[in-house]
Amino acid sequence: MDERPLSPHVTVYKWAYTMTLSILHRVSGMALFLALLALIFWLVAAAAGPEAYARAMRVLASWPVRCLVVVAILALWYHFCNGLRHLAWDMGWGFERAQARRSAVIVVVATLLASAVCVYALVRAGAGTA
Amino acid sequence: MNSRANLRSPLAGVLNQGAAHAGVHHWWVMRLTAVALAPLCVWLTVSLLILPGTGYTAVSAWVASGVNPVLLALTTLLAAWHSGLGLQAVIEDYVARPLWKTSLLVLSAFVNALLAASGVYAVLRIALRSVA
Repeated sequence: MDERPLSPHVTVYKWAYTMTLSILHRVSGMALFLALLALIFWLVAAAAGPEAYARAMRVLASWPVRCLVVVAILALWYHFCNGLRHLAWDMGWGFERAQARRSAVIVVVATLLASAVCVYALVRAGAGTA
Repeated sequence: MNSRANLRSPLAGVLNQGAAHAGVHHWWVMRLTAVALAPLCVWLTVSLLILPGTGYTAVSAWVASGVNPVLLALTTLLAAWHSGLGLQAVIEDYVARPLWKTSLLVLSAFVNALLAASGVYAVLRIALRSVA
């Protein structure tokens, strides 16, 4: 059992940025699992009552968590955009190398734009309440 | 039938050769939840960004108002389901040792089921409290 070969042998391939996008889909998915954990924690705290909610918000509004929220926003829009790319592939669209590379660039640009808009809105809202 | 004698039935030739549509279930549910989550994620993000405040009263009122409890329960349920399928694929691909693999698969399934139940319960509790 221990001698079974492990594949794919990623290191034998010449690196292409589409490979990085591919693994980032899984990495962002794992990050979003943690974000979902935080979302449910927030909802359960709100369900538990005002005191529990205030305690939870002290944690969620702390600076380390605020930085993690920015990471979660990036992960969400990356997984969203690249997920749409995967759905297009599932329909049989965009398999050509040039198409896949172009859609990769579109995914990265769209992720950065959507994330920038969200972070800007968050900072504005934060400045308003502070 | 061809002219050569063949004692094997046609059924025996295909039995155990592959999944008869059952194997695509994981793939299909992953896509189904993804397609449903795409608009829900946009809705949730926009809603949270335009929330008038993050205080207890404002958040409770938002969760309870209009179709929000239904969409929110659906979002948490589908997100937990989708995340369970995703974690399963990652664990199956990258964790080689059988004991670790099985333990993590069980843990992932349990945690995601717990997340789904907690999310739906929390939304219902907030929404029904506001009604009462």
